[in-house]
Amino acid sequence: MAGSGTAHLRDSDDPLLRVENLVVEFPAGSGRRVHAVSDVSFDVLRGETLGLVGESGCGKSTTARAVIQMIKPNAGRVVFDGTELTGLRGKELRQLRPELQMIFQDPISSLNPRRRVVDIVAEPLTIWKRDTPSERSDRVREIFDVVGLDYDAARDRYPHQYSGGQCQRISIARSLVLEPKLLICDEPVSALDVSVQAQILNLLEDLKERYGLTMIFIAHDLAVVKNISDRVAVMYLGKVCEVARADDLYSRAAHPYTNTLLASIPEPDPDFRPSTTYKARGEFPSPVSPPSGCRFRTRCPRAEALCAEEEPVIRANGPDHYVACHFPVEAPVTMTAGAPAGWSGPAAGG
Amino acid sequence: MTGDPLLDVVDLVTHFYTEQAVVRAVDGVSLRLEQGRTLGIVGESGSGKTILSRSIMGLLPRRNVVRRGEVRFQGRDIAKLAERELSRIWGADIAMVFQDPMTSLNPVVRLGRQLTEHIQVHTGVGKKEARNRAVDLLRSVGIPEARRRLREYPHQLSGGMRQRVMIAVALACGPKLLLADEPTTALDVTVQAQILDLLTAQQEERHMGMILVTHDLGVVAGRTDEIAVMYAGKVVEKAPTRTLFTDMRMPYTEALIQSIPRLANPSHTRLTVIPGRPPDLGRPLAGCRFAPRCAYAQDRCSVEEPPLVEAAPGHSYACWYPVGTPEGSDALARNRRNGQIHSSAAIGEA
Repeated sequence: MAGSGTAHLRDSDDPLLRVENLVVEFPAGSGRRVHAVSDVSFDVLRGETLGLVGESGCGKSTTARAVIQMIKPNAGRVVFDGTELTGLRGKELRQLRPELQMIFQDPISSLNPRRRVVDIVAEPLTIWKRDTPSERSDRVREIFDVVGLDYDAARDRYPHQYSGGQCQRISIARSLVLEPKLLICDEPVSALDVSVQAQILNLLEDLKERYGLTMIFIAHDLAVVKNISDRVAVMYLGKVCEVARADDLYSRAAHPYTNTLLASIPEPDPDFRPSTTYKARGEFPSPVSPPSGCRFRTRCPRAEALCAEEEPVIRANGPDHYVACHFPVEAPVTMTAGAPAGWSGPAAGG
Repeated sequence: MTGDPLLDVVDLVTHFYTEQAVVRAVDGVSLRLEQGRTLGIVGESGSGKTILSRSIMGLLPRRNVVRRGEVRFQGRDIAKLAERELSRIWGADIAMVFQDPMTSLNPVVRLGRQLTEHIQVHTGVGKKEARNRAVDLLRSVGIPEARRRLREYPHQLSGGMRQRVMIAVALACGPKLLLADEPTTALDVTVQAQILDLLTAQQEERHMGMILVTHDLGVVAGRTDEIAVMYAGKVVEKAPTRTLFTDMRMPYTEALIQSIPRLANPSHTRLTVIPGRPPDLGRPLAGCRFAPRCAYAQDRCSVEEPPLVEAAPGHSYACWYPVGTPEGSDALARNRRNGQIHSSAAIGEA
C-alpha cells in the first residue's frame, strides 16, 4: 500500500478539485511523528462523487480536513476550481469557504443546542450578507423543503427536539444554503439507523442531481460508499491503495487490502460466503512507525520480500482502475451465492 | 440434558417510570434458546433490544422499573432472584460481552488481575492456577504474548484486542449462555469480522448458547440459527435465519432488509426507505406499532394489535397482512392504488 504516485489523476479533464502529494503529519512527542496522510493524490471532476473508504486511522478524515485547509498540510498541493488553496491566507481563504462545505458524523453535536434550527440554517446567509432578510427566509424555507423538513413546525424549535436523522437533514440544509460547489460528507450516516441511513443517502443523491453538486463522501462502510459514489479511493494507513469506478472496484478489486475489506463486510445474506484467502489478519500498525515499503505488507497474504523493500507506485490496472501493489490480485474475490436478481457483475462462482 | 431449554423467556415486561411517562421499553417478549444454539436479536435504536438483554441478565436498576414475566434459565426462574444470588450466576452460568470494550475494563487495574480475580472468585482455585488459566484463555481468544499482556493496562491494547480480553473474561468460568450486546459496533470492519469469527468459534467449541444483539442484520446473517426482530419493545418476527431473509412475513423485516445498501447491487441503486421513525414508547400505542410506517397497513392495523403467532414451525410473526400472503399482496396493491404508499416526503415531525 503505498499509494504514492499520481498515475490515477486525469489530466485531460477540468477537475473541480485536484489534490497532489498531500502530506499531513502530527507531532507525537519525543521527536516522533504520526504519519496521518502520506503522499495522497486524487481528483474530483465536476458533478462527480468520490468515495473515500478505509478503517479508523487510515487518514480519510484528515485528508478531507486538509483539503479544506482546516488542517494545514505539511506538503502537497490542493487546487480547487483553479485556485491553489495551500498558499492562501486569512481573508482570501475565507472568501472561498462558501464554496467548500462539510457535514459531519455526529449530527446532534454539529448543531448549536441553544439556537433555533431556522437560525442555524439562515446563519451562513446572514454572515455573507446574501439577499434581504425576507429573501433569506424564503431561501431557508425552500431549503427546508428540499431536505424534507417542515419549515413552519421548525420555527420555534431547537436541535434537541429533532432525531438524529432530522439533525443530519438540518446540517445538510445549512451546508447547502450557500450553494457550495463541493460538499464533503465525513461519515454522514454512520451514527444513524439503517432505515434513516437510507433516507439520507437517497436525499444526498437527490441533492446532487438538483444542485449539480460535486461530493467527497467519506465512510468506513463499503456498501454505503459503493451506493453513492461514482469513483472510489481506498485508503490504508495514510496511503491510497486503489482507485476505480465504484462498480469496478467491487467486481474487480485488485488490491489485497480492498479484498480484505470486501471479505470482512457483514452482508445481510445468509448464503454469502466471503473469501477466506483475504480474511482479515493481524493488527493495524502504528502510524507513528509505519511498515517500510508497502504499508499493508504486514497483514497481506500476498506479501513478498520486495514489498518490504520498495513502496509500490500507483499504476493502471485496467480502464480507469489504478492500484498501488506489486502483486495485484488478478482473479478477484467473487461475490458468490445469494446475489439477488439484477446483479450483473462477474458470474457468481465464476 | 433435561427437557428444559437453556433459556426460556416468558412474557417479559420492562417498563420505566420517568417524570413524564411510563416508557414501555420491553413489552411482553417471549424467547427460547436451546443449549448450543445461537439467537440473533435485531432492532434499531429504541427497539428495546438492549433493555431486553439487560432484563434477561437482571442488570437493571431496582427503582422506578416495572418488571414482569419469567426468565427461566435451565428451568429455574432467575427474574425474581436477589442480586446476591444473581451474582453467583453472572459469569459462571451466564456471561455478557458489551459494546464498548473501552469502558468495560477497569482502566487502572492490570489485565492480569481483572482476569484472575474473576476466575478465583467463581472457581475457588489458587492464584497461580488462576494465572495459568488466564494465559490459556488469552491465547484461546487470539492474543499473542499472553503472559506479557497480563502485566499491561487496558489502554495499551487496541480496541479489537480489548474486546478479545472482554470475551476472555466472559468465557473464564465456562458459562453456558453468552449474551453479546452489540459486541462489534465500536470496531472497524476487519476487526469486526475477526471478533465475530472468534465468538462463533468459541460458541461452537464450548457448545454454549449465544444471544447476539445487534442493529446490523449483516452481523447475524451468517452466524445465527434463529433471529428475532424487535420493533418498539416487541418481537415482531422470529424465524430460522435463512427463512427470515428469504421468506420474511413481517413488512418491517422486509423493509429493514431492503433499506440496507448491498454490495451486490450496482452503484447509485435507489434504496428503499422506511418513512417516518419509530414511535415514542412513552405514549400509549394502539394497534400494530409499525402501522404508521407500513406499506401494507389497513384500517384494522391501527386499531387492533396483531398477536405474535407461530404460522410455521419456528416461524412466528405479528401481522394482519403478512408479506407474501394473498391478504398481504391485496393490502399492498390496495394501498398502491389509493396512493397511500408513504413516500419520503412524509418525513415530517413525529
